[in-house]
Parts: sequence; structure tokens; C-alpha cells
Amino acid sequence: MASNSNRFLGKLGLVKSPGAPVPHRKNTKDSETVDMPVPAVVRIAMSQHMGVPCVPMVKAGDEVLVGQMIGNSDKPFSAPIHSSVSGKVKKIENYLMPNGTKTEAILIESDGLQTIDPSIKPPIINNSRDFVNAVRKSGLVGLGGAGFVTHIKLNLPPHVMNDIDTLIINAAECEPYITADEREILENSWDVLSGVYAVSELLEIKQTYIGIEDNKPEAIKIMSDIAAKDDERGDIVKVKVLPSNYPQGAEKVLIEQCTGRQVPPGKLPSDVGAVVMNVASIAFLARYLKTGMPLISKRLTVDGSAIANPKNVRVLIGTSIKDVVEFCGGYKEVPGKILYGGPMMGTAVMSDECPVLKQNNAILAFNKEEAQLYEPTDCIRCGRCVNACPMNLMPTLLEQNTKFNNVEGLNKLNIMSCMECGCCSYVCPAGRKLVQSMRIGKMILKNSGK
Amino acid sequence: MDNKLIVSSSPHMGSTVKTKNIMIDVIIALIPALVASVYYFGARVLLVTCASVATCVISEYICRLVMKRPNTISDCSAIVTGILLACNLPSGIPIWVVIIGGVVAIVVAKQMFGGIGHNFVNPALTARIVLMVSFPTLMTTWPAVLGGTDAVSAATPLGILTEGGISGLPDYMNLFLGNHGGSLGETCALALLIGGIYLVIKKVISPIIPMTYIAVVFVFSSILGQDPVVWILSGGLFLGAIFMATDYTTCPLTNKGKVIYAIGCGLLTTIIRLFGSLPEGVSFSIILMNILVPHIEKLTMPKVFGTREEAAK
Repeated sequence: MASNSNRFLGKLGLVKSPGAPVPHRKNTKDSETVDMPVPAVVRIAMSQHMGVPCVPMVKAGDEVLVGQMIGNSDKPFSAPIHSSVSGKVKKIENYLMPNGTKTEAILIESDGLQTIDPSIKPPIINNSRDFVNAVRKSGLVGLGGAGFVTHIKLNLPPHVMNDIDTLIINAAECEPYITADEREILENSWDVLSGVYAVSELLEIKQTYIGIEDNKPEAIKIMSDIAAKDDERGDIVKVKVLPSNYPQGAEKVLIEQCTGRQVPPGKLPSDVGAVVMNVASIAFLARYLKTGMPLISKRLTVDGSAIANPKNVRVLIGTSIKDVVEFCGGYKEVPGKILYGGPMMGTAVMSDECPVLKQNNAILAFNKEEAQLYEPTDCIRCGRCVNACPMNLMPTLLEQNTKFNNVEGLNKLNIMSCMECGCCSYVCPAGRKLVQSMRIGKMILKNSGK
Repeated sequence: MDNKLIVSSSPHMGSTVKTKNIMIDVIIALIPALVASVYYFGARVLLVTCASVATCVISEYICRLVMKRPNTISDCSAIVTGILLACNLPSGIPIWVVIIGGVVAIVVAKQMFGGIGHNFVNPALTARIVLMVSFPTLMTTWPAVLGGTDAVSAATPLGILTEGGISGLPDYMNLFLGNHGGSLGETCALALLIGGIYLVIKKVISPIIPMTYIAVVFVFSSILGQDPVVWILSGGLFLGAIFMATDYTTCPLTNKGKVIYAIGCGLLTTIIRLFGSLPEGVSFSIILMNILVPHIEKLTMPKVFGTREEAAK
């Protein structure tokens, strides 16, 4: 985003200083991941990624095993879904996801034995085709929160592939509270490194950056140490220390920090020669290549003012939030709001019956007081949102254009470049719901067909 | 779970800096100037300030009531307008003039355009100009500083300059400390500077506008053969540059726009002071530039991330 001198001038208010001064609250950074016991029931949603939902491959009454594929789609923009427990399919229901979409969900009663599907074995990989297929079969999606289907990201046409020269591992973890990625590095640093080697071999990449914010010195040290220990290939992996200034983990911001390149509006990282993967995704990939066990569990940071014992937990996908919270000592206060993910970009859920999804990295529960919503007051044109926007947009003007349904204005002010990082809303002294109006504005623009 | 959860759009956290805190910071930043003013002009300063603040707050309250809008006096912005208006008046002004000023500022300049955030010109400055045009004699009768030789009235440094005199001018130190005639809040550059630094540290204002504005007046006046130090320290320049030109609602949102706006203010101020029939031009130049803000903003739209030329690979 900015060099050191620029950041200094930004502090003085002389130049733009993008980002928001969010608190870190990494309360669980020293909490080693614990495995949560197998829950009695899991609810596995058929839409746990950005793209086409899966179709259930089992029916009520079927016996399933751990790692068995239970949902798949014949469309490319999708990732298969696997059972996280062994047991019996109770029913297949229509389910309303917290993001507002309707999907099918498979309810499985666990037998508690966790019998592993015997067909699970390490994938055999001879060429890049095999590799991409294996990634698809693993069910991997972007574990940082967005849930972008990973095999699509890695399956690049040859002319694009030739221009890719950089792999960036996103371990910035700029959201408050969440420490799951930091724990991934501290606990599984070799998995991260071997995942990097596997992907860089596939993409024939010569340089890799692991971007970590400077509020995680242990993670920076351990990653730099093991990258340096590897004499043969150690020089391709560099740890990029990022300032802890939200949103360093936003893809476009991270790419600029590591390579100095800016992804133009409407373009993808591959257009500037970069592939970005989350650190938990890359470590999972390394383990999958070794064992063949698909994505059935997830490390979550469970924290927030309403949680009795905040900690990092490895949870089977489909476990209900309620079970996870109970494992963490239950609610110490009546929860007012529960989130999938961090407080800046996470999704508020309507009930603690909601299941854990693949792309979740945290479950946060806040007490009534912290959850309270306030009525916004009039914009005073202070310009804090304009200063904070990492995409150089004018949030307050976009909000006005949204209010008046001004399609032309929304287009001209590049609303589509908004990544909904939340900086504008965070800094707004009038408490205006800027991100919400961005979402509405994007919808208006999309529906206008322009 | 029978307990209902709140479902809302992200982000789920917000900064603790609210409109009210910002306004209170501005009030705090104005305290040194008021203290200096009481020191130089006596307790009547407080009477004028209280009358102005009370008029502004009461007008805002009544206005919102009549307009059937949620009341906004708790955001403290009317108090800021009241203090700023008082700072722009001579300390000897009759109270009924202050009341007219307060009503003009809040009712005409602010609430008729929709209240906080919607006015297109600075309310306090608009009121000052209305009073200046309506009651020119009362608005330019400057009480002398306490203990001065001339107890009845004194000329302002700019007044002396306009008259073509040099001899009556206070020295640099007295100019800087505010030991001379003028509007009650404008004379002590030191106190205003302290307030300005406080606002910059608290990130309430960006130093771009005050620095550019004062620098332009300094450079332009010295080019025109004037004494630049006298020019920046006299009149309402520090008050205008630090507290009036930086008014959020009436200055550009973009940094580039702020620079252009402040240059415009500086050039106009110098031109009015030197060639206009009025000795002072700060309020007119800021109001004129206020009106140009939408155009300046349109011309200085920031380049969206990824559209820089050199950023493309």
C-alpha cells in the first residue's frame, strides 16, 4: 500500500493512508489447536464454495464413511463435498444458508466410530492434469473465507500459465480475533512449505512470498527459519513481513505489497502474474497429497465476548455452532450476534444451529451490548471513508448514488472495485452503513444490465 | 435457542470516534484562543461567546422541531458554530447583533439546506458576512486590548496597512501573541496554532488546508512586495485557515482537491486584502471557495486502485 515514508506522511494526515485502525484482539494466539470430539449429528450443506452447489450423492438411510464423497456437481465451477463422519444419513433437507441462499443439506447421524472410507489413498500424480484433478477431488476451496474453488484457480490456460511468476501465500490474518492461520503456521509449518513446493512445481514458479503481518513475530520467525534450512529450494520462498494495518490480507492489497503490481478493476491476480492461496489451503493441500484424506475438518478460532473459553479448535465440517460453543465452555453471556469469520468481513448467522462450513476460519459470538446496532446520523463529509478505502473509491459519494439509484454514477465511480473490506463503515463517525449500500449499489448496477 | 440473534451486514465493528467526539475536539481546540481573548479583551468575550452559542443551539433545536426532523443538538455542531461565530466578532459588539448572527448561521446557512453535512457554505462565516454588510460600523469597531494606551478603540493591523500606514503596526512578537485589535478569536496566532496542532494530532483535520493556505498568502504577499510575516499573522488568517476552511462539509473530500481549494483561498485572500476596498478577505475567499467545492471534487476524483499507468505490468 505504501512505503515507510508514505506511511509517516499518512500518519500526519498529509497523504492518503488506506486501511482502518482495527484492534487486533488476538486473544487465542497461544491456544494450541484441540480436536473437538465427534458430534452426534452433522449437517453438511451442499453449497460451501463460491460457484455451483453440489447435488447429493446419497439418500436417507444410506451408510456413509469418513471421507466418502456425498455431494458433487458436473459443472466445473464447483468442488465436491465429503462426509466428515461415519454413520447413517438421516435425511436430506432444504436449508437456508446464512448468506441468504437456499441449498440442500445432508443430515448424518454419527456412529462415533469414524470408520475411514477404504478407497482413500494418496493421489497418483504424473502430470499437471492429474494434479488439478486431485485438487478438485480433495474438495478444497479457499479457506481464508471467500471459498473460491481452488482447482479453478490452479487450472490456468497455457498462455496465462506462462506469465505466472509469483505464488503468494496469504497468512496476513488481518481480521481481529482470528488466529487460526497463525496456529496453522506454528503447528504445521512443514506442511505449508511442502504445499508451496507442490504448487510452485505445478505452476513452474520461481518465487513465492508468504505474507505475514508483523503482529505475528513467532510465525514470521518459524517460517523464515524453515525456509532458510532447505538448502536446495529455500531461496524461492521469502517471508514478506506486512505492517499490521487492516486489510493487508485483501488479495489485491497483498499482491501489491509483495510484488508492487496492482490488479486492475475487474481483473484477476493471474492477469498480473500472481496466484494467491490462503496458508491453511496450502497446508491442507500438502496433507492431502500425502494421505488422500479430503477436506472434512477445519481449524476454527472460537472467540468473542459471549464465549466462556475462547480457543482454537479443529472441528468436523457440518458440526453445529452450538456444539462448537458448548465444547468451548458454552456462552458466558447471552449472545446477541454470532459470526462466521471475522468482525470486519464475516457473516452474521441467524441461529447457532447453523453448521460449520469449509471456508469458515472462526466462530465469534458477541454479547448483546457489542451486538447492538445504532441508527446512523447524517454524513458530515469528513472524508475518513475516502482516506480509508484501499481501492481509492469515494464511499460517501457511492452511498448517495445508491440512494438515488444512479446507475451511471455508480459505474463512473467504479463501485465494482469495492471488495467490501469494511474500512469505510469502520471509520465512519456518523455510523453510516456504507458497505451495505455498496452491496445494494452493486446489485443495482448488475440488474441494470450495464 | 429462544434468544433472537441480530443479523446485519458486515462490518460488525466500528470506530469509537463519532461525530460528537469530533465536535468536542474542535471545541477543546478553540479553548486556547478564547483564553487568550479573555486575557486581551476582558470578560465581555465570554458574554459574546455564550450569547452566540446559546443562540445557535436554541435556533437549531427550534428549527429541527419545526421541520419535524430528529433533533441534532446533541452532536455539538451548533456549539462549534456558535464559538466560531463569536471568534469572528469584535468583543464590544451589542448582544442583539450576536443573536441575529447566530440565527442567520444556523437557520439560513445550515438548517435550510438540511442541517449538519448539507450546508454548502460555512455557517459561521456566512453569518459574519451578513453582519459585516448589515452593520459595517458595529462590526469594525475594535476595542483596544486591556491596558493599552487607547482605551476606546484601536485599528487592526490590516486596517493600518489599508490606510497606508506602517508606523502604528505592532511588532512581530505582539502580532504572534495577539496583542492588537481585531475580532475576539482571531488575534492570538499562538493560541490558534496550539488548537490546530491538537486537531492534527487527534486526526480531526488534515494539515493540508491550513499549511497550504498560509503558505500561499506568505509567498504571494511577498511577491507583491508586502511584509509576509505581518500578512500571515494579522487579520483572521490563522482562524480561517485552521478552523473555518477545514470545515468538513464545505471543503473537498480528496487530498488533491484540498490543495487546490487552499491555494484558491490563499490567492483570493491576498487579492482582496491588497486590491479590495475591505481590509480583510479571509471570510469572503473561504465562502467563494466553498461554492467551488463540488467542481474541485469532480476534477480531482482519485484514480481507482489498479488504474495507475505504471501499475500495469
